[in-house]
Amino acid sequence: MAVAAAGNEASALASRRLLRAMLPALSLALVLAAIAYLNPRAISYFGFTLMLNLAVPIALATLAQMFVIAGNDLDLSIGPFVGFVGCVTATWLRDTPLLGALVLLGCIGVYAALGALIHLRNLPSIVVTLGMSFVWQGLAILLLPKPGGKAPDWLQAIMGLKPPLVPFPIIAAVLIAAITYFGLMRTSYGVILRGTGGNAVAIGRAGWSLLRAKAALFALTGLFGVLSGMALIGITTSADANIGNGYTLLSIAGVILGGGEFVGGRVSPIGAVLGALTMALAASPLLTFMHIPPDWQVAANGAILIIVLAARVLITPKGPDL
Amino acid sequence: MSLGPQQSLVTLGGVEKHFGAVRALAGVTLQIAPGECLGLVGHNGAGKSTLMHILSGNVAPSAGSVSISGAVQGAFSPARARDLGIRCVFQELSLCPNLTVAENTRVFHGALAGMGWRGKASALIAGKLDEIFPGHGISPNDLVADLSIGRRQMVEVARAFTVTGQPARLIILDEPTSSLDGHTAGQLLAFVRKAVAGGISCIFISHILGEVLRTCDRVVVMRDGKVVAADRANAFDRQKLVAAMGGAASAAETERPKTAATRGLAGVRVRARSDGGIELAAHAGEVVGLAGLAGHGQTALLLAIFAAASAKRPGIEVNAPVALVAGDRQADGIFPQWSISQNIGLRSIAALRDGLLISPAREQALADRWRDKIGIRTPDMNNNILSLSGGNQQKALFARALASDAQIVLMDDPMRGVDFGTKLEVYGLIAEEARAGRTFLWYTTETEELKNCDHVYIFRNGAIVADLARAELTEEKVIHSSFQEAV
Repeated sequence: MAVAAAGNEASALASRRLLRAMLPALSLALVLAAIAYLNPRAISYFGFTLMLNLAVPIALATLAQMFVIAGNDLDLSIGPFVGFVGCVTATWLRDTPLLGALVLLGCIGVYAALGALIHLRNLPSIVVTLGMSFVWQGLAILLLPKPGGKAPDWLQAIMGLKPPLVPFPIIAAVLIAAITYFGLMRTSYGVILRGTGGNAVAIGRAGWSLLRAKAALFALTGLFGVLSGMALIGITTSADANIGNGYTLLSIAGVILGGGEFVGGRVSPIGAVLGALTMALAASPLLTFMHIPPDWQVAANGAILIIVLAARVLITPKGPDL
Repeated sequence: MSLGPQQSLVTLGGVEKHFGAVRALAGVTLQIAPGECLGLVGHNGAGKSTLMHILSGNVAPSAGSVSISGAVQGAFSPARARDLGIRCVFQELSLCPNLTVAENTRVFHGALAGMGWRGKASALIAGKLDEIFPGHGISPNDLVADLSIGRRQMVEVARAFTVTGQPARLIILDEPTSSLDGHTAGQLLAFVRKAVAGGISCIFISHILGEVLRTCDRVVVMRDGKVVAADRANAFDRQKLVAAMGGAASAAETERPKTAATRGLAGVRVRARSDGGIELAAHAGEVVGLAGLAGHGQTALLLAIFAAASAKRPGIEVNAPVALVAGDRQADGIFPQWSISQNIGLRSIAALRDGLLISPAREQALADRWRDKIGIRTPDMNNNILSLSGGNQQKALFARALASDAQIVLMDDPMRGVDFGTKLEVYGLIAEEARAGRTFLWYTTETEELKNCDHVYIFRNGAIVADLARAELTEEKVIHSSFQEAV
């Protein structure tokens, strides 16, 4: 009797969890349906290529943010960092590829070092990364005081690919989501990385190095930040020191929209990519089709976020520590 | 029984551990043989948990040696302990709630990696759960956050017994049955006997003495950071264990003239019902002690009484203003940015008001009065509170409560980490204030302090299970009630 009751309870819980896991996909479907209703011609190869133009860098930045959130941290510098990477890509990586590549690798190293510093000195990541956001911004302005530079040709070629049938941004998003899902959710070390967000003490007691885990999470953030900056420049073809500034909040919103939580190591790479796509579509194509003037688009964006999060609260399983 | 260093699995030689001024372990010497189940019992703060953390490599001893299989361990760490086959089931659950049961198993085993690790981990934990708790109803793919607390404990215990690369040689179980029902607890104890028969050593820590006596080969009793008794389990019975935990009941009795005879004459100040237990009553002028093992509902009741003073709650009656002296003074007590005067005056702001503002002169006068009365050692009460030593900070918190209009003072184990001299001063002050008509509800984990109380209520599992007047209070009775079995 008791076992059966517990079983029912567990299956009820599981179905709500499934519903919740489906929420990012549902919200994306909803946005797509709205676009299809407002402008049926947008649902085409050409329409998606245009609408999802900036989705790839946003998805990469969102995944970057997801890695730090998995370890209960927050990266407030990801936007300016993407901007700095963009500046490096449009200048050094084109003119002196070796130097450019070294600088970008060094950036990932800086991120790993930040993770180590945050762990060793027990600093709040918000403070450290807020400080770093000014450093990246300053470096970007030093490197490229005026908008300019030019993306390397090979990068433009990659980002401008026109595969048959399915638009490039969609293929790229699926690939990125699959790789990150496998890396973080399926591999054995991914378990340790997520575990540090759930119960760091338990991971430490089991004999794992929390320092290494934190540095790894931050290095992954750096890696995806670099990829995001490069992808962005591949699309825009030239850089600007402020080009990535909106990405900080966009990336956090994407992670949360995708079913992630700020604490507890609960993140979902597939959800994060879906969240990023939703943000990218809702950000301007949908609102433009709805004839909402650009002045109001940011506010409308916020409203969409609040509605989705409210829906999530409604279907979240109730429990002591859920 | 004494074993040579080669024969024993673990040998502790004079292990000491100090946390600041607090001595958690005062020279523990202990041996565990292969295939032996060792019971470890003791009252609050006896040092059991510290000892366990040293064995698992989480805490480094201040002095003494740890030898495993005859080899002295210089740099002992959790990873080293794991390599040597020492596993721990901690009292506070150490699973990651955001991971599945199988993934939590992976966290425990470095060897579960590479292709197909998930399948291997699932098979490993499912097999062990089936072996220990038949009919457990847990799937390896369940998220730990979705499991009940009892099932989490089952997973945790089963995980400790799973084996991949290194064999499990010593399993330390700290209160492993605290969240299990009678049936599953029985399954676990039977399995422990089976594992021990198979050559694994176990350290079994429990406050359910019947379990310890039934399951263990040998029992070690700890008290005040020392081993005070060690013998074969069949040489002990409940009474002997309780007596050993309480030590000789010859500690100096502090005299307090008031007796229980006056109880009931003065008006009732607090009345509270605990779940299915005895009703608590506190009268004017009484010092009422709340005792029992730590975390069995004492703090929860104090907080409920505190809340009931401002908003009515069913089952709790409070007839006078209340003040609370917090136990964790850094987290719940002091305001670290404020001066000593401000910290003291906080509970009396209504009385210190001059129009809309707080009168500095009155605040100063109040603080100075209490500096003299309670003996806070500082040149200037306007100094920052952090300029005081820990004991004096605690005195300032007492002054905050006593300077107020509160007739009921709730104390949540306030003497933690306070030096002996300060304690005596505060005891005296409490007695004096009680004579003046104040009521004290005093939760303490130090049995010694209960001697200052007129009446003591013993808590177990959130309910009051015993009600002792001062005359009938003995340490043995307190321990007896705290450790009483449900069956």
